[in-house]
Amino acid sequence: MEASAATAVRSKTITVEVNGVEYEREVEARRLLIHFLRDDLDLTGSHIGCDTGNCGACSVLYDGLVVKSCMMLAVQADGAKVETVEGLADGNELTDLQRSFTAHHALQCGYCTPGMLMSATALLREKPHPTEDEIRKAIQGNLCRCTGYVNIVEAIRAVSQ
Amino acid sequence: MTETTVAPPKPVVAEPDKPQKGWAGQNVPRKEDKRLLQGAGVFFDDVKRHGMGYVHFVRSPYAHARIRSVDVSKALELDGVYGTLTGDEVAILTDPFFELSVPPGADMKDYALAVGKARFVGEPVAAVVAATRDLARDAAELVEVDYDPLPPLVDARVAEDGGAPILHEEAGSNVVWEGTFDWGDFEGAVAEADHVVKIKELHFDRFSSTPLECSGCLVEYNRGTGQWTMYCNHQMPGVGAIWMAPAMRVGIDKLRFVTQDIGGGFGNKICLHPYFVACCLLARKLNRAVQWTEWRTDQHTANAHGNERWFQEIEVPVNADGTMLGFKVKAVDDCGAFPRYEPLGCIIWAQVTPGCYRWRNIRVDFTQVVTNKSPVSPNRGYSRMQHLWLTERIIDIVAAELGLDPVQVRKQNYVKHEEFPYETPNGCIYDSGDYARCLDIALDLIGYPSLEEKRVDAESRGKLLGVGIGSTLDSGTNNFGQSMILNPELQFSGNNEVATVKLDIFGEIVVTLGTVPQGQGHETTAAQVVADILGCSPDDVHVRAGHDTYWNSHAGFSGTYASQFAVTGLGAVKGATDMLAGEMKKLASVVLGCTPDDIELAGGMARMKANPEVALPFMALGAILNANNAGLPQDLDVTLNCRYVYRPPFEKPDLERKYGNLTLTYASQVHACVVEVDPDTGVYELVDYAAVDDCGNRIHPQIVEGQVHGATAQAIGAATHETFPYDEDGNLLTPNFYDYHVPHALDMPPLKTGFIESESPFTPLGAKGMGEGGGAGIHAVCAALQDALRTRGSPIVTDSCNPYHRVWSLLQDPAASRAGIEISSR
Repeated sequence: MEASAATAVRSKTITVEVNGVEYEREVEARRLLIHFLRDDLDLTGSHIGCDTGNCGACSVLYDGLVVKSCMMLAVQADGAKVETVEGLADGNELTDLQRSFTAHHALQCGYCTPGMLMSATALLREKPHPTEDEIRKAIQGNLCRCTGYVNIVEAIRAVSQ
Repeated sequence: MTETTVAPPKPVVAEPDKPQKGWAGQNVPRKEDKRLLQGAGVFFDDVKRHGMGYVHFVRSPYAHARIRSVDVSKALELDGVYGTLTGDEVAILTDPFFELSVPPGADMKDYALAVGKARFVGEPVAAVVAATRDLARDAAELVEVDYDPLPPLVDARVAEDGGAPILHEEAGSNVVWEGTFDWGDFEGAVAEADHVVKIKELHFDRFSSTPLECSGCLVEYNRGTGQWTMYCNHQMPGVGAIWMAPAMRVGIDKLRFVTQDIGGGFGNKICLHPYFVACCLLARKLNRAVQWTEWRTDQHTANAHGNERWFQEIEVPVNADGTMLGFKVKAVDDCGAFPRYEPLGCIIWAQVTPGCYRWRNIRVDFTQVVTNKSPVSPNRGYSRMQHLWLTERIIDIVAAELGLDPVQVRKQNYVKHEEFPYETPNGCIYDSGDYARCLDIALDLIGYPSLEEKRVDAESRGKLLGVGIGSTLDSGTNNFGQSMILNPELQFSGNNEVATVKLDIFGEIVVTLGTVPQGQGHETTAAQVVADILGCSPDDVHVRAGHDTYWNSHAGFSGTYASQFAVTGLGAVKGATDMLAGEMKKLASVVLGCTPDDIELAGGMARMKANPEVALPFMALGAILNANNAGLPQDLDVTLNCRYVYRPPFEKPDLERKYGNLTLTYASQVHACVVEVDPDTGVYELVDYAAVDDCGNRIHPQIVEGQVHGATAQAIGAATHETFPYDEDGNLLTPNFYDYHVPHALDMPPLKTGFIESESPFTPLGAKGMGEGGGAGIHAVCAALQDALRTRGSPIVTDSCNPYHRVWSLLQDPAASRAGIEISSR
């Protein structure tokens, strides 16, 4: 679509599949993907912790890759498949990773947890038996201020054994 | 997902056959986890209301400036802007927040928005409300503020100098509070000592725990009743309301705080009242729900930092055998632009006056000043951490200067296990502990006996190895009477917390708490305590998530802060559950025709001890009282809805002597760490780390250990990288997570933990509050760095935060750090 300063396109209709459900929405061109998920689709499981791409609380899977959804515009997700924390469990049946998180007390306040789970999910899909170093690298972009990462690393390690 | 499921959720507590001594003490799965793992938690920013407006604050770009005018007209012209609020309106509609200090601090006027003057970069000057977050931000840029910049004050040490700019003209001084604390006989100790070690200056740096979830609220105003509801993450609503209601000129019941899940607090969410008042005024003015979510940069620049403190002219009398007799210090505390929760930090440190040591002669000249920086608030380890860092620095500096062994000198000076309960020189009663044993465990975990070999090995790789110890106390359950030592006019003393426990119509056990959890697992541990008393499973206990003022389950000091839930929160839960158990037995005895003493509660039944076949399920008791009560005796005093206020046994302190027990419990922690320093660059790595914790009886060991991990990570962050430095113009140099480096998963050393359980003789469950002992990590890292550099001119670590460049400076010019050290010997 052509756009000059005088006739700037300020919004666009996008189609995006989130957790297996297709949504068509008109979004402001400057709308961040995280705000689209949280405010437009009411998928509030993904969180915002920093606005600068450092903390990873907003991490989602974008066509299978981990992205920080505060670092993307919603219009960039047009045609993409997005997975968020809400899509992990099958109804009330938690995934092995989620169960491991609770068994190992890998969450306290739970604010970083959705992003942490998405990064770990992507890791385990690609590499079902990662080393501890690979686990730490995979969640390096997800900050946690409660746990010191000890039990998070242990929870991911345990589920990959 | 839109799919509806009818499958009942699996119970969170499994393993029914597991042998039990009781639920307390077991790692039952946390009740909170299931929702949090599915993104189904409710944090304040998840709450939405029809037509709500988004608040954006216009903030001062100047550290210190007079505000000539604020013009919002252009912002109001923008489509989608609902309204604005300025400091002038705030000054008309509200009174300044009440101050805890005596003058000069008492005369510092603090409002929801800057009135007449801005005193730190990021201070809110006006607010804009619009239909979207982005639009509110756009509109905020159209607000025109005419500033007249003034010279800023950024160094607390010159705040009292003649030429220093005065922040609050009404106070006439930058001093908030000052006073002298003098216990024992310091001069006598100096006269008696073989050596006196003098340290010119130490600096405890400014940082904060920076919870991942920023602050905020959604505020609704009910025009018909004049009541505000704040869906928020305030972690101390009881005190928040005490600040807000008088300033807003309304009754305290007009303010309803609601929380569910909170993304970390660490004390940083205690001083939100200025922002909340602005939001309340906007909700009323615009007749619309308004939502404010703080941006990360705003949190770093203008929410709350931990107290920065300078320790000057330290003197330590020491005997030849290494026994230290006490110390003298002049402390200068920098609380930023407004006192807010201060000057409480001027007394909170006194909970742990001698640290872990038997020091009897202590004099502290304490001064707190304002500067043109972000205001402070309690931050995990509040005020005790700064002071305990001083006591640990004293130990390690004195040991290094006099050639004493840091392990032996600690053991020699520690309060001994057999001396508990131990009364400190200022009347605090350390309840229980065994510091020497904790130290031995920590040293064992890092392989202390073989460290000399490791030192040689590190040297062969061109590295300098150092080992450091941090021993610390986590005093919990405040006696708020200590505030009267600062200001005798204050009417605060003691402490309290509330819980209600009821048996509902279908036999459901429902618990409400006055606390405001932020990840500490209160729903789980409360259920453990209830289950033990009522003879059921934690699965049978529904603990409502979060806090709601209108549950009527809170009191003046309700909140989650200052290491106290295991004492105050669970004390209230125990009290309420004991009451309910008594009522259930009484009701069952009426129905079954026996006495209450004949009844026991077990297996979800009230049954006859003599014949367990004769039993009433809890459901029957709930149904009889609530819905089928005809024929019950008129004098049967049973509600099955019990409210208990736990009140710790405190006396008011002796204000003249500044003497008394300031907290109920004194959990202890000993950390030990091993560092390897690259002498060419100052880059270092923590290669081994152990944290040993003693918080009395542990209700849920996994949760306790999780707190130890997290607090340690925060301490390591603070010791190595996390700092809020300002330039000479008063600009914060680390306003986001790019510049403010929080430890990530690869930064953390291998972490080993140990524990002992010294039961507290003073608390309902023998437990102690905990969670704030991580400060030990700062002490341990500082000590380890100093140890590592000892062959390089023995520099002294004088700052609590030591990024690589500071270590490099110590290596380059060790003499500079030693300039302030002096020893006089007899």
